[in-house]
Amino acid sequence: MMPALALFIPERLVHMSAVDIAIVVIYFALVIVIGFYLKRFATTGEDFFLAGREMTAWVAGLAFVSANLGSLELLGWAGNAYQYGIMAAHWYWIGAIPAMVFLGLVMMPFYYISKTHSVPGYLQLRYGPEASALSALTFAVMTILMSGVNMYAMAVVMQVVLGWNIHFSLITSSLTVGIYVAAGGLFSAIFNEVLQFFLIWFGALLIPILGLIETGGWNGMVARIHQNFPGQDFTHMWGPMHSFSSNPMGIHWTGIVFGLGAVQAMGYWTTDFLVVQRVLSAKNVRSAKLAPIIGSFFKMAVPLIVILPGLLGRAVLPMHLVPGSEALPGQYKYDDVLPLMLARYCGPGLLGLGITALVAGFMAGMAGNVSAFATVWTYDLYRPFIRKDAPDRHYVSMGRWCTIIGLIVSIGTAYLVMRFASMMDYVQALFGFFIAPLFGTVLLGMMWKRVSRSAGFLGLLAGVVSSVTMFTLMKLDTRWVSVFALSPMAKGLAQAMYQALWSCLTCVVVTVLVTLVTKPRPDEELRGLVYSLTDVAQEEHTNWLHRPVVWGALALVALVVLQIIFW
Amino acid sequence: MSEKHHIIPVWFFVGVLLLIYGVLIFVSGLAEWSHPSATVEAQLHAPVWWGALLVVLGSLYCTLFWPSKSR
Repeated sequence: MMPALALFIPERLVHMSAVDIAIVVIYFALVIVIGFYLKRFATTGEDFFLAGREMTAWVAGLAFVSANLGSLELLGWAGNAYQYGIMAAHWYWIGAIPAMVFLGLVMMPFYYISKTHSVPGYLQLRYGPEASALSALTFAVMTILMSGVNMYAMAVVMQVVLGWNIHFSLITSSLTVGIYVAAGGLFSAIFNEVLQFFLIWFGALLIPILGLIETGGWNGMVARIHQNFPGQDFTHMWGPMHSFSSNPMGIHWTGIVFGLGAVQAMGYWTTDFLVVQRVLSAKNVRSAKLAPIIGSFFKMAVPLIVILPGLLGRAVLPMHLVPGSEALPGQYKYDDVLPLMLARYCGPGLLGLGITALVAGFMAGMAGNVSAFATVWTYDLYRPFIRKDAPDRHYVSMGRWCTIIGLIVSIGTAYLVMRFASMMDYVQALFGFFIAPLFGTVLLGMMWKRVSRSAGFLGLLAGVVSSVTMFTLMKLDTRWVSVFALSPMAKGLAQAMYQALWSCLTCVVVTVLVTLVTKPRPDEELRGLVYSLTDVAQEEHTNWLHRPVVWGALALVALVVLQIIFW
Repeated sequence: MSEKHHIIPVWFFVGVLLLIYGVLIFVSGLAEWSHPSATVEAQLHAPVWWGALLVVLGSLYCTLFWPSKSR
């Protein structure tokens, strides 16, 4: 960074005016009012944990995509776009769209028809209690740890960006989330995710609009990036991936196609209960199929408000941002690019809207975590293993208590992370250990009726163990990076892609081998759970405009067009 | 949105929020018209037209999804 610039770096990135503060306060007041309003409707287990299964495809679809549009995601991916260029958009396009369409058209009917309330719930029906308990326990622990990590990250961002006290941010946000989720359950979480979706779009969309006006359009921006960073390619997606060394991420196109697109994205979007729970709230099978496909179109547009500001940062910011681990006092990090761009273009009022969008994103992320935790704990651990035949109202009460307890544990985790900062990286990595193998287990279970109970459990276990082993070896000795990630140049994101690929393959191979030597379950036990034994409505008599398959195909065509444009 | 429970549609709350924010941003944009804030492209008066856009969309959502209409 230029030394002269370091002299006038403020102690916080932005200063809020009275109107900005009013905008933030109004948001807090409204979500609490909505929480109390929705409390009267969350009376049964289905209401509290699945929002009564009465959401339209649009509401479920927006909540589905919004559950993944938290502030950590926005700040982190804008930072990644600054660091890696437009290649970061792979995580929004090939790393999301095919998986969302696949969830809608292929997997959602099974989740929905089986009337399961969760992904571990499906495993319970398909494989029995062992695979379900492994999945539920790991999900519950990881979700609550992630909630704490998110909470801490939010408090740090609020401190850096706004100068807010870290304890004030933690207590205010968790108290608000606790009130509205404990009151309205998934109803509240979904309502707030839809609100957050609008806030994020209206809060962030001005950055690319004003940025492109400043640079004179896309071509002007590209010219400025080339001028500021000569000899580096930040504006092409596939071209620089013919070798590991020709792009800043250190990844080959096979890692993106197979590791990200075919395994990691499929695992996340089709088996992570946090996002799948939103679609399970849909009012019928057709809405459940359409919801992820509607979400896919919005997901495709998100790079406009996340990746483009990162690229514009390369073009217009007077200073060079640095990796978080290398930032000296007074230097800005990659992840600061979005707040910096917000402060660059947004004055009083608009700044408040942008900050509210960030706060809303953090709080919706917390609410998503605790509502998913409450469901999995109550339905997949407490009910099958602790108290089987309690009345429905007992489970609703347990869900409310779980929300409060989950938040208290999250606050504890946040303070723990505050003392041991490196824990944050490990908790985030831990979450990734289970997603890729779980996809293998769920998909094989849906597509192949021969897969046995023990094969499902052992395959999942083998996949998780292999994932943990690869991660540990690569951390202990960097020579393992060239073994698992195929190149010593592979950076963190590239390593995670290959780790996901190999752990999913391990899960599939072990599941198939164990299946071949064990006894399958009888067909009558698998009806509604397996492709060959389930009647899925194909909507042949529905107007073609209302068919999920038509919109799914359109989403894939749009994806291909985008790849060609930004090749 | 909800046939079973007759819940006020979430779109109505979206409308209320956009309308309130639109008014606040529009008014603050007008207030600083002659002395724009020290941001880049401030001469475009983004708060005024962005606030106006929010007011229009918020009013539309509030009207279309007014609670008595949705029941």
